[in-house]
Amino acid sequence: MLQIENLHATVGETAILKGLSLTINAGEIHAIMGPNGAGKSTLAYTLGGRPGYEVTEGSATFDGQDLLALEPHERAAAGLFLGFQYPVEIPGVSNLQFLRESLNAQRKARGQEPLSGAEFIKLAKEKAALLRMDMEMLKRPVNVGFSGGEKKRNEMVQMGIIDPKLALLDETDSGLDIDALRIVGEGINAIMRKPDKAVLLITHYQRLLDLVKPDFVHVLAGGRIVRSGGAELALELEEQGYEAVA
Amino acid sequence: MTDDSNTADSRVRDADAWAAAEKVGTYEWGFTTDIEQELAPKGLNEDTVRYISAKKNEPEWMLEWRLKAFRIWQELPEPDWAKLHYPPIDYQDAYYYAAPKAKPKVGSLDEVDPEILRVYEKLGIPIEEQKVLAGVEGARKVAVDAVFDSVSVATTFREELSRAGVIFMSISEAIREHPELVKKWLGKVVPVRDNYFACLNCAVFSDGTFVYIPEGVRCPMELSTYFRINAENTGQFERTLIVADKGSYVSYLEGCTAPQRDENQLHAAVVELVAMDDAEIKYSTVQNWYPGDAEGKGGIYNFVTKRGLAQGARSKISWTQVETGSAVTWKYPSCVLNGEDSVGEFYSVAVTNNYQQADTGTKMIHNGKGSRSTIVSKGISAGKSNNTYRGLVRVAPSAEGVRNFTQCDSLLLGDQCGAHTVPYIEVRNPSATIEHEATTSKISDDQLFYAMQRGLSQEDAVALIVNGFAREVLKQLPMEFAVEAQKLLGISLEGSVG
Repeated sequence: MLQIENLHATVGETAILKGLSLTINAGEIHAIMGPNGAGKSTLAYTLGGRPGYEVTEGSATFDGQDLLALEPHERAAAGLFLGFQYPVEIPGVSNLQFLRESLNAQRKARGQEPLSGAEFIKLAKEKAALLRMDMEMLKRPVNVGFSGGEKKRNEMVQMGIIDPKLALLDETDSGLDIDALRIVGEGINAIMRKPDKAVLLITHYQRLLDLVKPDFVHVLAGGRIVRSGGAELALELEEQGYEAVA
Repeated sequence: MTDDSNTADSRVRDADAWAAAEKVGTYEWGFTTDIEQELAPKGLNEDTVRYISAKKNEPEWMLEWRLKAFRIWQELPEPDWAKLHYPPIDYQDAYYYAAPKAKPKVGSLDEVDPEILRVYEKLGIPIEEQKVLAGVEGARKVAVDAVFDSVSVATTFREELSRAGVIFMSISEAIREHPELVKKWLGKVVPVRDNYFACLNCAVFSDGTFVYIPEGVRCPMELSTYFRINAENTGQFERTLIVADKGSYVSYLEGCTAPQRDENQLHAAVVELVAMDDAEIKYSTVQNWYPGDAEGKGGIYNFVTKRGLAQGARSKISWTQVETGSAVTWKYPSCVLNGEDSVGEFYSVAVTNNYQQADTGTKMIHNGKGSRSTIVSKGISAGKSNNTYRGLVRVAPSAEGVRNFTQCDSLLLGDQCGAHTVPYIEVRNPSATIEHEATTSKISDDQLFYAMQRGLSQEDAVALIVNGFAREVLKQLPMEFAVEAQKLLGISLEGSVG
């Protein structure tokens, strides 16, 4: 589904990714771990197409398409979802309006009919229930006045509604208490653990991986993947730290 | 929002709105129509004033009133205190009267020149009205007093309104048919010598609208007027007078677009509102005069004087405006709160892009005890434009227990535009409570990327964020205008980011 080859990316003048290669197939869940500053968020932003994150070398192919040639909204329409580490507030725009317009923009780009108001509300209710999010929260402006945990859960509701092929979840577990973590973990499983979907989890902690069991774990350090393994690698990291493992 | 029957329509129009938003960088409604025109000779002197008055078959007292105004105007200085820069206006190099030639009066819009109807269609006159025109059963009622250039060509719904005792007609007709009402109030809210542009309007106003709501009547429909400048070099001098008698209510919608022209066009309208005891007037405007091109060439000069007199106890006047057009906007819809416990409101969204300049705001003059006012101003600047909020809150010595709340928010797109806030507060009674809040923010890269990552194109993302910023004001608009306004905000800011 996603092939990243020798990816180099800079932010401003600083080279962050230095030859990162990674292949993610449909049906797989990958976890990327690594010390602060290793380039984990840069990887997510670069794949999402954030302005300012410049690819200087290498390639990324998504479902056979040159991902790097697409605008951010085109990448979204192609099925790429980015769960933000710091979800952004949009005052005055309700979550429902935001998501309906976003989803219908994606559907339009894919040549699908837009969802009607009633169809959309039904879908939103279903996904909100999955993440145990009150529908009233979805009527409020996007992330405005939400706690850190609510913002993260809201990201997962958005993921459920948008129903992407590939989700890059950037520290979705940070800022969550134990109960919220379980809800989010179960949400990821329910929404994304399917033969035609894939997930890349960016995380520091084993606790999320206890809930969303990865097929592969990678250690990112110095802008490259320095080691890959199965779920047991994460446990090793937890015990011994990055320096010993990488 | 008044009822649910029009949500289906607004959905349809929502789709239209997004379709329209895709047309980038052109002023979509910059077309002209080919209708025979009758012009007054170019220039401005007493003969011009006499010509206009004669064309409108006005009584002698009206001509005298105009001539007096013209003489005062010649003595008045043109104001220069606003944060606006434009070349001197040559008042002799313009026409002051243009009317579709020799149109017989018609009873309904069906009888109007199809060419004019086509213009309205292009303008996107709301579907409600189009349905009404097509005779669709159960269509939502919005009365349209269609002002094509300077002359009212048709008035619909007059019968239903007159059954309710509501008078809704062109001001020219009102001068002839209801001289006692017009004489009583014309120039009483905005005096002839109030300011240069209002005074000019008194001398040469071409047409406009008169509304009278009798005691205790709730106007059975929203009243709406569409203005359109069509003739080259013809200034528009609209004159509106709305009188709401005791305990009455009326909601009035005004919207305008103008065709593309190279030469600057002068627009100096005057709107006067009067609300008696317990009466309420809600006046909503969506203004989309031609703003000039991306290089700042052309565009309308919009010098408007709008003022409401909340004369009666517990009376209420509410202005809502969405200003997206004009090269230059000079406009301060105001409330004179004379009545005890009277209420004034001003909700404004002003968008400037490219080289547009807007100096707009309000005046809340608190003379009545316990009078209250709310000001919510949202300024959005993009391109190389300048956007100024200028507002006055004045409390008279005798006005006990006055309250005012003012909120001015500015949103900047890009780094070459300007946002300015100029509040004047004059309080002469210590019991007043005055609050003023102001913020300035930019659309952040974080917000744009977040919205785009969810699937919105950059322009849709900007439109969404801007509409969120302006939401407090947009929600004050009647449903049929709210959609149009959202559409305009998006269109006005096309190409302003990235």
